[in-house]
Amino acid sequence: MPTTITMPQLGETVTEGTVAQWLKKVGDTVEKYEPFVEVSTDKVNAEVPSPVSGTIREFIVKEGETVPTGAPIAIIDEIGAASVAAPAHTPSPSEQVADHARAVPSSYGAGGSMEAIRQGASEPVPGGNVGVPPASSNGSPSNGAYANGNGAAVTIPRGVSPAVRRLAREHNIDVTRVRGTGNNGRVTANDIVAASTAGPSAAAAVAISSDNAEYVARQSAPQTPASAPRPAPSGKASYANPILGETIPLTQARKIIAQRMVESKHTAPHAWTMIECDVTNVWKWRAKEKDAFERDYGVKLTLLPFFIRAVVESLGKFPLMNSRFTDEGILVNKDVNVGIAIGLETNLIVPVIRHADTLSIKGIALAAGALIEKARRGKLGADDLSAGTFTVNNTGANGSLMSAPIINGGQAGIITMETIVKRPVVTADDSFAIRSMMNICLSLDHRVVDGFVASGFLNDIRKRLESMTIGGSL
Amino acid sequence: MAVMNNVDAVRETLHDALVNDDRTLIMGEDVGARGNVFLITKGFLEEFGPERIIDTPLAEASIVGVAIGMAMEGLRPIAEIQFADFIYPAFNQIVGEAAKTRYRSNGDYTCPLVIRTPYGGGVRGALSHSVSIEALFYHVPGLKILAPSTPADIKGLLTAAIEDPDPVLFLEHKKTYRSVKGEVPEGHYTIPIGKADIKKPGTHATVVSYGYNVHQALDAAQRLEKDGYSIEVIDLRSIRPMDKTTILASVGKTRKLLIIHEDNKFGGVGAEISAMVAEEAFFDLDAPIRRLCGPDVPAMGYALPLEEEFMISTDRMMRAMRELAEF
Amino acid sequence: MAKAMAQAGKLDRRGLTDEQLVAMLRNMLLQRQLDNRGFQLNRQGKIPFALGSEGHEAAQAGAAMAFVRGKDVLAPYYRDLGLVLGCGFTPLEMLNSMFARATDRSGGRQFPNHYTNKEMGLLSISSIIAAHCPHAVGVAYAFKYRKEAGRAVLCCTGEGATSEGEWHESLNFAAVHKLPVVFFVENNNYAISTPSTMQMNVEHVSDKASGYGMPGALVDGFDPIATYAAMKEAMDRARSGGGPTLVEAMVYRYLSHSTDDDDRTYRDRVAIEEARKNDPVPMFERRLLDAGVVDEARVKALKADVLRETNEATDTAEAFPLPQAADLYKNVYEGAFEPWQ
Repeated sequence: MPTTITMPQLGETVTEGTVAQWLKKVGDTVEKYEPFVEVSTDKVNAEVPSPVSGTIREFIVKEGETVPTGAPIAIIDEIGAASVAAPAHTPSPSEQVADHARAVPSSYGAGGSMEAIRQGASEPVPGGNVGVPPASSNGSPSNGAYANGNGAAVTIPRGVSPAVRRLAREHNIDVTRVRGTGNNGRVTANDIVAASTAGPSAAAAVAISSDNAEYVARQSAPQTPASAPRPAPSGKASYANPILGETIPLTQARKIIAQRMVESKHTAPHAWTMIECDVTNVWKWRAKEKDAFERDYGVKLTLLPFFIRAVVESLGKFPLMNSRFTDEGILVNKDVNVGIAIGLETNLIVPVIRHADTLSIKGIALAAGALIEKARRGKLGADDLSAGTFTVNNTGANGSLMSAPIINGGQAGIITMETIVKRPVVTADDSFAIRSMMNICLSLDHRVVDGFVASGFLNDIRKRLESMTIGGSL
Repeated sequence: MAVMNNVDAVRETLHDALVNDDRTLIMGEDVGARGNVFLITKGFLEEFGPERIIDTPLAEASIVGVAIGMAMEGLRPIAEIQFADFIYPAFNQIVGEAAKTRYRSNGDYTCPLVIRTPYGGGVRGALSHSVSIEALFYHVPGLKILAPSTPADIKGLLTAAIEDPDPVLFLEHKKTYRSVKGEVPEGHYTIPIGKADIKKPGTHATVVSYGYNVHQALDAAQRLEKDGYSIEVIDLRSIRPMDKTTILASVGKTRKLLIIHEDNKFGGVGAEISAMVAEEAFFDLDAPIRRLCGPDVPAMGYALPLEEEFMISTDRMMRAMRELAEF
Repeated sequence: MAKAMAQAGKLDRRGLTDEQLVAMLRNMLLQRQLDNRGFQLNRQGKIPFALGSEGHEAAQAGAAMAFVRGKDVLAPYYRDLGLVLGCGFTPLEMLNSMFARATDRSGGRQFPNHYTNKEMGLLSISSIIAAHCPHAVGVAYAFKYRKEAGRAVLCCTGEGATSEGEWHESLNFAAVHKLPVVFFVENNNYAISTPSTMQMNVEHVSDKASGYGMPGALVDGFDPIATYAAMKEAMDRARSGGGPTLVEAMVYRYLSHSTDDDDRTYRDRVAIEEARKNDPVPMFERRLLDAGVVDEARVKALKADVLRETNEATDTAEAFPLPQAADLYKNVYEGAFEPWQ
């Protein structure tokens, strides 16, 4: 059969060769290993022996022509293919030695093996398996898998260490809002850990908007990976996706919530009271303003800012509700910073509207809107989550009629806005009317506040809400 | 448990090896009649004879090369290079031959050889009796490099080195020879090669070091305790292979790493540790990795100010530890 | 050489039997054939590197005849193809190494002519000139230490190696400790392109022996019988506790250093052609024919047998598999190769 001969590589760095002279003619016979061409390269000149025995069929390259290594140069018709079958058993190196030593008689030496001489520990003898390189096994190379980073792109301010970045991501904290205690005000890993334990809501955290369905739907949309606590791998129980019979591992956030709840309940003796409030007028006022408001400010106008406005005004009249119990005395806060409880999929947070008493309904609506937006994007900073003096919880968004919330962060009380229900009520002149009625509930620290103050506070709120009418200024 | 210094620990270990294994022998300059220039092999010539305690010609390449041949033929030689500064003529035999014997013969031949040598400065040894050489050799696959600095570690690791089937370079910091004392367990024991030791636990920062520096680092860390700093000090003990597990666990805990070594900074052992920690513990780090190392000059001078400038003082270590904890 | 020719018909066989003489001739023929095969395979583009030993056949056949298999250890250098064959290395192992097969004793790691075979007593060597000499001395020390009489180490180099510090240190150490090792120098007057006049300021390496305090011998490396005699004396001296000897055999290197060298840049073609007239292989063949130890038919049969053996080894080795990539990581240490643990 015809065999193509290629230009050999004569020398380690050689890439081409020149046919200097054909030593045979077309039609000549040639023996295996017989030189049939002279090749020159820039390193050596050499005669190339034929790899097969046969007849020269064709010279592909002319004398004097240069071709790259591996290019075909001639065709030889091989006589009687001398095929070498792969040996049925590939002997190991030591077996090969033994075989051939036996096969070839020699008068050299005393013909023995070193084994006879060796005493003591023997060295490992390569042998045994065919084609498998001998001796002790080592593992396949390890390329040192990179430690996992969570990969999501986040804009990071300069000077933030990898540990800080990771912890901030895990705890949904905006590093730029954290006060640093390291050198030159550097935010340290410990600062992030400390910031993450500030301010989770004590109450059952729910959505803020009174447009319940819409807000709830938005809330349950998945968070971006950078902001949400790492979702559990599928098949494993998580707070957001509990599986019957499975133990949900505690996240850092849940540990802290648990800790805070216990602390609050064990420290402050909780008392509870409620009133009901006619919000028909407020409701109408809000309904009239909401479209323009959303158009002008890009923020939804819910009933919450109206409620908070009433609350902060009443806090001005009942300062004990804006205080905290300490061993040195009852600290009456100068500032009114209202926290609004927000329920995320696996976490409670209470961002704070600072100086809420200085804000109009519109101001409160915008501030609350901004905080909610930040919460959704996981961008709340430590400043957003700290310094609260009183907490409001919109438990009504989920249809709750009454709640007994747990006081947040050592404050004097926590107030809820329950669901609004249209009821038939008896009016002042003893007739029936259909009114929008809303319960307002209050848990209070009985060390600081007694029923007298608490009821006064709630009644004051009710009066303010019931006197709000269409046409008032937001 | 006996209390002894590092010289005694080396001596006792070598003595036990000679008693327990007929294949063991010691060779080097002045190891016989003189008993080694630090008296480590004092009495050995009388006890074991000149075939086993060989006063070699003044020729480092053949001290190691002949030992390699002995090891290939089944003996267990322990070669000594009198000072690490003299090891360079033997570089060809150590790196080109000993390290590659098993590899190039694919296991047909092995080289169970120990090369012991005193290294390090702070003893007014000047330019040629003070160098550190670990960086030259720890790069080489096929070698193992050890640098323990306490008597108990020395006995355990030197025993392990003698019993190891592969070539081991055993480095003894000469400044610790008589200045470091400690308890040493009786009888035969080994410490696994490739395991570091947490000599002092802590939480604010991790210090990784070896040799004489370990003792200084411990001193510095103790003194910082009073100021409320809790510094973890890890003694590497083994340079190749090196203990990744212990280092990463510590950095995961403290988030801050300071590497201290007397050897020149550029391309020193600290460079490899820094690279590994940056690759594998990036998200644990709350501060850049710091290296406190010898200056990048050929050697420390004979004059005291030149030696002191080269050697890392305990005060400098304290400052570095404090700064890192505060970062 | 002229002396050998004059003794045609009268052979000073120095105690060797007919069988041994024929074995030496066969070794020389086999060496020449395998050498050639290396170059052929290289010119065919099948192996990237080959290194020839033409001109050394007589010296190596003679030295190998003084080697006792199963007792002695051989520390060769890379041009000792005939020597290792004469000490028990097989053509198949040779071809395994040329083709860098997985079945090669070094797992395809080593260059050709860098043999290793522990059972045969063949030390693993590197390409670093003279680096194996201290190892040979260490092995000899072990023999003496374990009181193993009758064993010696044969340590071979070219004359270029004798400039290396480690060669000097080896002879010095061996002499001081009176170790059972023979230092065999095959002087072909060239270290790649460096002539021996630029390697040393004495005419013969063996002149240096007395400087080390050991006996030296200079022998005609074209005469296998004379080489055998000198080596037997040296090896016996070593085996019986008489210490080391330095034996120098004058040989010729007909070819370039290797397939990567072209000696036309530094040697005179005419001189090489002249030297071919004394080619030790046909010369020894002639000598044995003249002495009646062999006849033409026997010689022809030997050559055919040697060719057959070479072809078989070539074909068998070529069919073996190459090592796998994962094999790179084995045998760095007894345990895992990774430096970080």
